[in-house]
Amino acid sequence: MLRPLMTRPAKFLAALLFVTGAAQAQLTIEIIGSGAIQIPIAVLPFAGESVLPQSITEIIEQDLSRSGRFRAIFVGGVNPLPTEIAQVNFPEWKSRLADAMVIGQAQRLPDGKLEVRFRLLDVLKQSQIGGIAFTFTAAQTRLTAHKIADFIYEKMTGERGVFSTRIAYIVKQGPRYELRVADADGQNAQSILISSEPIMSPAWSPDGARMAYVSFQNKKPILFVQNLSASKQPAPVANYRGSNSAPAWAPDGKQLAAVLTKDGTSQIYLMSPDGTNLRRLTSSQAIDTEPFFTPDGQSIYFTSDRGGSPQIYRMPASGGEPVRMTFEGDYNVSPRVSPDGKILAYISRVSGRFQLMVMDLESKQVQALTDGQRDESPSFAPNGRIILYASDVDSRGVLAAVSSDGRFRQRLGIQAADVREPSWGPFLGN
Amino acid sequence: MKKTLFSALTLVLLYGCASTPVEPEKPAEPSVQTPAPPVAPPLAARPVQPAPQVDLTKRSVFYDYDKYDIKDEYRPVLQAHGKYLAENRGKKMLIQGNCDERGSREYNIALGQRRAEGVKRMLVLMGATETQVEPVSLGEEKPRCTDHNEGCWSQNRRSDMLYGGEY
Repeated sequence: MLRPLMTRPAKFLAALLFVTGAAQAQLTIEIIGSGAIQIPIAVLPFAGESVLPQSITEIIEQDLSRSGRFRAIFVGGVNPLPTEIAQVNFPEWKSRLADAMVIGQAQRLPDGKLEVRFRLLDVLKQSQIGGIAFTFTAAQTRLTAHKIADFIYEKMTGERGVFSTRIAYIVKQGPRYELRVADADGQNAQSILISSEPIMSPAWSPDGARMAYVSFQNKKPILFVQNLSASKQPAPVANYRGSNSAPAWAPDGKQLAAVLTKDGTSQIYLMSPDGTNLRRLTSSQAIDTEPFFTPDGQSIYFTSDRGGSPQIYRMPASGGEPVRMTFEGDYNVSPRVSPDGKILAYISRVSGRFQLMVMDLESKQVQALTDGQRDESPSFAPNGRIILYASDVDSRGVLAAVSSDGRFRQRLGIQAADVREPSWGPFLGN
Repeated sequence: MKKTLFSALTLVLLYGCASTPVEPEKPAEPSVQTPAPPVAPPLAARPVQPAPQVDLTKRSVFYDYDKYDIKDEYRPVLQAHGKYLAENRGKKMLIQGNCDERGSREYNIALGQRRAEGVKRMLVLMGATETQVEPVSLGEEKPRCTDHNEGCWSQNRRSDMLYGGEY
């Protein structure tokens, strides 16, 4: 089954490029550990692939390997490259221990655009699992590779892939702060904002078109919501007396929760994303901060020291009595709920170390996912499979990712820069 | 880095004009690599003249880890500033609360705010008006000292009082 596909994310990406230009230093990825069950897959070079600006099958193979769910099988020595199922020597691939394989072809179309057709094959059943054709421009080659990897991932695991999604993070290099957006593999980074004052707490709008963040450009924390396709920073959405921080989007994108101090201590407020319709949500004498909506929009998790130490609470998004969620230890902060609403990720201080924890919200069972010294700012991938977080290596900030079962880990760093506060963007429509 | 240096220089200038011997604050290295940004004009030269026995040049309050309560030793300093603000209603002050680098960045914004808010309350108690002082938080984002040890952290758990024109 082949069907042409021109993607919306491609346009979004093009818009970003237009605004900002590429950032120089790319994230590099280091993989630690591996997933328990890995699907052995052979990604064969596509026939005619040299017409593309870069090897699309290399990117596909890297995506799949990095997910921890696949193991790439050696594909050397195949000539000619098969493009149809009838041309595949299945017994050979079976002997190379591949369960699945990918074949395809690439060509330049008369109008200058590029086309890739590929097929995902079941080696044991000697049958086709699926196939798609993509038409794209040279600049969309990486994105197309990620879309193909997403397709393969979903067919083989039953879950949606996140290779074509994007991540945001803060880079501090000397006196310079940057808010960047990059592909989920850390490549193709674009600067959204550059400042000589700190930038904090980037949060994607649910449609992936806007970013809320905190900037110190006016010598104190104030809150912005920036359209990613706009070339200028807009007016702040919250610039009240005191501090304005900790933005979190409601899943419908129509409300923003944030922390203001205009009435005293840090309290949680709700507002429209343009800053209007402001209303106070919590009313305590304590610190209430780090709001995070549940995927159904009904509840808000947050951090509060109302019980004497920072702990995580949950309350109705319409207001009401909070329920305490964490009881072990005296420092539990930064709550984030998984996209399926079943897991709570947060940071806990355990014997002076800050570690990433997950709580099964049904059984309330808690598991430590990391054993770092200063792990913070967890962010779920939109498929819930991976948690991205900030960590440090030799006192330098790096991003790290761990599978939500804790089995697979990787680190993303930029040489000679601090990388921090990752935020994983949403799935983009297709 | 430059900011840290700037702060250090500012401190030396401030303490330098105090009438009593300064506490053992780290002196700025004279042989620093980068030239300090222009300190325009030195704070000590501003007309924030300390009244006799009252030390307005002390501008910082330091805290224990995870704490925001103000220790008794800082009462005289806050009293002096509260009195000064009461006698100079036209003066404005920004109070910046800071935290050490440990823990959640956003929680540290809230903790820094709590620290600054505490200083504000004390100043109001001592005679300043609500509109004269704005407490804000810098969280852990603007550390004065960037090493990863208690010596540094204790300097970063701090509220600074800045008069209008100084920020």
